[in-house]
Amino acid sequence: MIRPGYLFWSGNRAGPEPENARMSAAEPQIDPKARQESVADAALRQVSEPDSQVVVFPEDQPLRLDSGRDIGPFTIAYRTYGTLNSDKSNAILICHALTGDQHVANTHPVTGKGGWWETLVGPGKPIDTDRFFVICSNILGGCMGSTGPASKNPATGRPYGVEFPVITIGDMVNAQARMIDHLGIGQLFSVIGGSMGGMQVLQWCARYKDRVLTAMPIATAPWHTAQNIAFHEVGRQAVMADPDWQGGAYYGTQARPSRGLAVARMAAHITYLSEKALQDKFGRGLQNRDQHSFSFDADFKIESYLRHQGSTFVDRFDANSYLYITRAMDYFDLEAEYGRLANAFTGTRTQFCVVSFTSDWLYPTRDNKEIVKALNGVAANVSFVEIESDKGHDAFLLREDVFSATVNGFLNAAAKKRGIA
Amino acid sequence: MTLPDQHPNRAVRADHLLIAEMVTPGARVLDVGCGDGALLELLIEEKKVDGRGIELIRNNVNACVARGLSVIQGDADQDLSGYPDQAFDYAILSLTIQATRQPRVVLENLLRIGRRAIVSFPNFGHWKIRSSLLLTGRMPRTPNLPETWYESQDSHLCTIKDFSDLVGILDAEVEDAVAFNSRGQRLAIKKSLSLQNLLGEKAVFLLAPRGRT
Repeated sequence: MIRPGYLFWSGNRAGPEPENARMSAAEPQIDPKARQESVADAALRQVSEPDSQVVVFPEDQPLRLDSGRDIGPFTIAYRTYGTLNSDKSNAILICHALTGDQHVANTHPVTGKGGWWETLVGPGKPIDTDRFFVICSNILGGCMGSTGPASKNPATGRPYGVEFPVITIGDMVNAQARMIDHLGIGQLFSVIGGSMGGMQVLQWCARYKDRVLTAMPIATAPWHTAQNIAFHEVGRQAVMADPDWQGGAYYGTQARPSRGLAVARMAAHITYLSEKALQDKFGRGLQNRDQHSFSFDADFKIESYLRHQGSTFVDRFDANSYLYITRAMDYFDLEAEYGRLANAFTGTRTQFCVVSFTSDWLYPTRDNKEIVKALNGVAANVSFVEIESDKGHDAFLLREDVFSATVNGFLNAAAKKRGIA
Repeated sequence: MTLPDQHPNRAVRADHLLIAEMVTPGARVLDVGCGDGALLELLIEEKKVDGRGIELIRNNVNACVARGLSVIQGDADQDLSGYPDQAFDYAILSLTIQATRQPRVVLENLLRIGRRAIVSFPNFGHWKIRSSLLLTGRMPRTPNLPETWYESQDSHLCTIKDFSDLVGILDAEVEDAVAFNSRGQRLAIKKSLSLQNLLGEKAVFLLAPRGRT
């Protein structure tokens, strides 16, 4: 069901990597420090010069944020795949997760790895770019070309840092809607996303009811629970406890809070995997040694793996973006926004397909079923599929035949109804 | 809940055909315990209904959604309460009520969320079942109810008369009741509940909540 080499690639959302990368004896002979700096430099360049299409909304067309503040000018970086048909009815918006980006189905400009959802998106794939016009934008607050804390603040000429306004999932969605306006698309054939991407899908369906024909919220939740917030807070505190964070003003200095961000990533990564997946893959196995070193080296395979996940992540991701985006997720609560979760969907004509995974304990089936219950409560057209998987939350990023068949079947039937060739 | 004869390549079941006759074109339909979606597909094809399903078994749900049907994984006992009143024109429970934990609550919910409810069930009053119990002294096993008592999910088997009693208790109106013999043919008897109960192997009831019709 899963290509062996891809088991844990999603630990690095930028693309597949062979498992045990850096664990194998045949490691390429590159000075790791040099490699790290070049990746980090490449990542930094993406903030201001992304390898993407961009749309810049000028200062006189600011985005009103949920906090009441305005942000403008602002930039949204996006990628598109396939061709928009003449009646503009075949557009699919894909919403990325916390550490994802717009490079859903192309080689990543920083890491050189494949697109993060190439299992699902591409020619002849379930989200078929021969048939659909697929759009994916970097979220507001991100660090791959859309305006975020690493972007230059026009008021000061310096990167925003913590002067960047706190944003919400709703703000991300409003910014996406402006980008969709810019593309001249009225109604999206589908809005699809997993994890935080799924939250954006739900927010789209609540705020832009007539603009979403079908929706696939995947491995997600209608609100962040105390446990979700708790894990995020651990991550944020790890970043902020790193002296190199410098109150968020580390841009242009020689230091970045890499150690803090790596710890944040390590903790978060555990939540993306199931206990069984960890146990099966690593168990108590030792890394490149036969016995304990009686030191704090990465004796165990799992330690080595997490350290690797942490260190590759900090090369490509901005620590302040991580703070802002996790905050936005913590603030997400559709029930609070609408009084009752079902109210968020009152009058919806969108056709929904909610998907959860059995071993996902970050956004478990229970949370996804709350969405289904609310949709049933307004007699919305909803399918709900729980996919059997022992891979945990990350299952949505992995090749999973039943999941692919679900996406394929749902989109096919809806496309047929909509008359998309 | 899923019966062995529910298979996409099998001939259309007689009770499904009858249900398709009962449903008006273009109606909003909820099929509770929809199995592999055979009835839903028939209704969508023949009657252009806006069809939804609920199914307990994960593989069935996945197969339904992959075929483009709107089906949620769920269970009649737990997931009907969330639907608003009269959300559907027809709420269908096809050969499932006997496997629910609380048939009365399920039927109440069906009558609440549907303007009509269509319920089909295996008739435990059929003469073969009666005689089997009488002669062998053991729980009857028939092609319709093939499992042993200890493996069967059917914890609430009933007869046509039993079901009629429950309909009376819930103050619903029987608009139509059709029994099928063991060859899947409709019995012409409509007047006599006792004869239907004796000769019918399955029954299909079309119900309407009183005061709402």
